[in-house]
Amino acid sequence: MQLLEQILNGITLGSIYALIAIGYTMVYGVIGMINFAHGEVYMVGAFVGLIVMTILSSIGASLVPVYLIAMLLIAILVSSVLGWSIERVAYRPLRGKHRLIPLISAIGMSFFLQNFMQLSQGPRPFAVKQLIPGSFTVSESFSISYMQILIPVVTLVFMVLFTYFISKTKLGVACRATEQDRRMANLLGINTDTIISVIFVIGASLAAVAGVLVSLYYGTVRDTMGFIIGIKAFTAAVLGGIGSIPGAMLGGFVLGFTESFASAYIGGDYKDIVSFVLLLLILLVLPSGLLGKAEIEKV
Amino acid sequence: MLELRNVNSGYGSIQALHDISFTINQGEIVTLIGANGAGKSTTLMTLCGDISIISGQIVFENEDISSLKPHEIMRKGIAISPEGRRVFPKLTVEENLMLGAYFTPEQEAAEMFEKVLELFPRLKERISQQGGTLSGGEQQMLAIGRALMAKPKLLLLDEPSLGLAPLIINLIFEVLADIRDQGTTVFLVEQNAHKALALADRGYVLENGRIVKEGRGKDLSSDPAVKEAYLGGH
Ligand SMILES: Nc1ncnc2c1ncn2[C@@H]1O[C@H](COP(=O)(O)OP(=O)(O)O)[C@@H](O)[C@H]1O
Ligand SMILES: [Mg+2]
Repeated sequence: MQLLEQILNGITLGSIYALIAIGYTMVYGVIGMINFAHGEVYMVGAFVGLIVMTILSSIGASLVPVYLIAMLLIAILVSSVLGWSIERVAYRPLRGKHRLIPLISAIGMSFFLQNFMQLSQGPRPFAVKQLIPGSFTVSESFSISYMQILIPVVTLVFMVLFTYFISKTKLGVACRATEQDRRMANLLGINTDTIISVIFVIGASLAAVAGVLVSLYYGTVRDTMGFIIGIKAFTAAVLGGIGSIPGAMLGGFVLGFTESFASAYIGGDYKDIVSFVLLLLILLVLPSGLLGKAEIEKV
Repeated sequence: MLELRNVNSGYGSIQALHDISFTINQGEIVTLIGANGAGKSTTLMTLCGDISIISGQIVFENEDISSLKPHEIMRKGIAISPEGRRVFPKLTVEENLMLGAYFTPEQEAAEMFEKVLELFPRLKERISQQGGTLSGGEQQMLAIGRALMAKPKLLLLDEPSLGLAPLIINLIFEVLADIRDQGTTVFLVEQNAHKALALADRGYVLENGRIVKEGRGKDLSSDPAVKEAYLGGH
């Protein structure tokens, strides 16, 4: 039964990492930079979810789906605006400069957002009430909480929507073309600045979904929550092959499972070490990640 | 239709084009020939806005387009099959083609799609293959087809014959003649001066970033200096 439990845990963690990793990988794919503020976009998404939840309960809403949908949609909306603004304010004016410059701007943006949350909300955790308490009992020693089912299901819904968008729609094809050869896409009449904005918005939306899910799962949000999970999701993106969308999904789940099993069989204190050791090992054997391509040196 | 007036441009501090002036009239095929490194591709990329000009003016259909961005310029009715083909390697042939018609109404795009596949039946056989898996000749067809998808008023081609087998070169030049006959204006950049001059109404010769000669296609191909430099002396 412990095995099943770890598998479930792996799926839960993996879902979260995968959702966030897509934003890292797409932004890297299109402008060749690591968006260090992405973890903070996730954190803001989680806070917005909590605010929506608080408002809904103060007006006496009671239906769980109403809570869930409102929290997700409004968090997506706010995070999208945030993701879009970050690119406009902190990255776009620096495009074409040395690649370290936007990177520093990204780190600054990350500090700014975290400190903003700290000052406006307070430097402490906030409790998120349990939306769907309870669990199924599978056997005496094993039960699955409803949240553990909700996370993969919601993740699956968004992954399907996202995959449809990126592989089938006209705008999705234009996003992929822009990632492969931005100037050529521009020469086809595509406004690639708009496409870059679209990519930031999509990445931010998926991070917001992750933020809401995590806050519901762990029952808490706080200003610093974006940091470590941001690094983990970034690790997942590198693991899968930075720039590759399927790679980010795969990397997320590989990392989720590794952590889950490491904390069960080696000890919770070691789970982060195990993840990063895994990253090092994979990069030694496959320098471009599980599904990455060999090249990539973009500016 | 298109006029360049004393255009200077280049890469950073290196100036590659010096006082380039030429015109292209509606319905013509005009060619620009010159040795490797003369500045042919730079000319095309400058007029598309991909390289910004240092000074001078580019006028398309009585409108100054010198300071517009590439997507703004291309949406005015210009399309390019660029140097190196620049096919999107991880998009399918169909996706590559449809991107060419990004701003064409759906109905028209579907019609053009059929037309392009008629023009290049090879692409039809490869329709769901990724662009990067095509042969050089097929990629060239795809790049030209993608440019045609936009139904351009002015079609720009950068060395469409480069590295291709003679049979495929002939096929591509036949298609270009067809395209012109259907009313599209064509600006053809070539090192293969022989074929280009035979097809073109008029031509310009570029040397070290300057236009050194111009004339009707026939006249240029019988010009002794051009013969000597670009036609292997025959
Ligand atoms: N990306 C670039 N950076 C710097 N110089 C370049 C670049 N591309 C071309 N050049 C230079 O500009 C000149 C013209 O090149 P190009 O337009 O590519 O010539 P052509 O297409 O006629 O072979 C050459 O001297 C070439 O070395
Ligand atoms: Mg060239």
